[in-house]
Amino acid sequence: MLYDYILQLLIIVAQIMAVIAPVLISVAFLVYAERKILALIQLRKGPNVVGPFGLLQSFADALKLITKENILPSGSNKIVFLLAPIVTMVLSLAAWAVIPFAPGWVISDINVGIMYLFAISSLGVYGIIMAGWASNSKYPFLGALRSAAQMVSYEVSIGFVIITVLLCVGSLNLTKIVEAQQTVWFAIPLLPMFIIFFISALAETNRLPFDLPEDESTLVAGFFTEYSSASFVLFFLAEYASMILMSAMTVILFLGGWLPLFDIYPLNIIPGVIWFTVKIMFVLFLFIWVRGTFPRYRYDQLMRLGWKVFLPLSLFWVVITAGFLVTFDIVPN
Amino acid sequence: MNFIIKNIKSFALYELFLGMFLTLKYMFKSKVTINYPHEKGPLSPRFRGEHALRRYPNGEERCIACKLCEAVCPAQAITIDAEPREDGSRRTTRYDIDMSKCIYCGLCQESCPVDAIVEGPNFEFATETREELMYNKEKLLSNGDKWEYEISQNLELDSPYR
Repeated sequence: MLYDYILQLLIIVAQIMAVIAPVLISVAFLVYAERKILALIQLRKGPNVVGPFGLLQSFADALKLITKENILPSGSNKIVFLLAPIVTMVLSLAAWAVIPFAPGWVISDINVGIMYLFAISSLGVYGIIMAGWASNSKYPFLGALRSAAQMVSYEVSIGFVIITVLLCVGSLNLTKIVEAQQTVWFAIPLLPMFIIFFISALAETNRLPFDLPEDESTLVAGFFTEYSSASFVLFFLAEYASMILMSAMTVILFLGGWLPLFDIYPLNIIPGVIWFTVKIMFVLFLFIWVRGTFPRYRYDQLMRLGWKVFLPLSLFWVVITAGFLVTFDIVPN
Repeated sequence: MNFIIKNIKSFALYELFLGMFLTLKYMFKSKVTINYPHEKGPLSPRFRGEHALRRYPNGEERCIACKLCEAVCPAQAITIDAEPREDGSRRTTRYDIDMSKCIYCGLCQESCPVDAIVEGPNFEFATETREELMYNKEKLLSNGDKWEYEISQNLELDSPYR
């Protein structure tokens, strides 16, 4: 009896490690890719000294940061200050539990997968608010306020986008959502929703052109100004892990998850995991490409875009999609 | 009509895609970075770097201790003592440059009547202590011996414009 429990525990731990380790390693290479792509756009060469083509640069940086002293500001609320990066990190990793990498490759195949993802990504704002509040310093505080307002505003339109997808699928299960795209990826019939989702994902992960919470030119580094060493590394990892998570969400909702580009011979023997990874990499490239192209939004423009453009537009598309499905009597299940 | 076209363009994110296309093109352009310690950029023959005291080809030092450079130096980085040598010619006994004061204006080499003090093409002379930047006559002469070829080349290249 006891052995059964221990065995189960070991299996669960192994599954968790099998997901978390690749995610953390891909974070390291994502940081490298970001620096390299931005450099190429700006006619620079980017990191090319540490390891072949500079591939080990992120590991060198992580090592440097971890060996530094962890500074606790004297005015800070120590417990919350140290808890905030842990919360952010745990939340950005916890969401990976429901992501299906390939048919059956999922830690917990729950029926409300998309709700779970949505809930966890909404909770992400708590880590940021805790960090901003506990630092007891003006820049982190302002950064946290902006971040809270921004993430809440864009979650509304993300919610409506998810509802449109759910109308076309008839299930909250992520595996079912992918399987429903067998004939055509949702990015094609729901193209405007796809674009709204992608832009909201940029805002949700505090990426340029919506990186106001960590806006260097006005807020030093935003909510993690006071952080150093390992707690800074945690924030950094969490930010990039949630970037990968949002790309995974985009891929599952709109780009057909693990499904091949076309269901024809040489393409459909490639394993689903590879298709899933390639698609995630494509969306991440879009994230970085957008960062290399656009200047930062002003705060009022950000709010205007969220509430006055995306919200009515996504609401309109929910109605259109629902009306279309009912009129032609093709409501799934 | 214009209004409609403008709105269609803004909803189709026309300008945004134009910008993205531009950055994509830039990604494949050749890069301007040079890998500094391994590759170096070109230097003008007029480049004003580390100082050197030159010699004549027979090994005689050029400096005649006229002290024009000491007088013209705006940062007062140069200190010269002089007295007649045994053979009666006037030479410096001390020629110090405080490289931490020097502003690399090049007035010393402009003022020198015998092209003795020059600023060579070397700019990689960072040191670990401040004291190492207090150059004396010996150091300056050894710089001159080390960089003589480059310095004479540069002087020749720049001579039409002087």
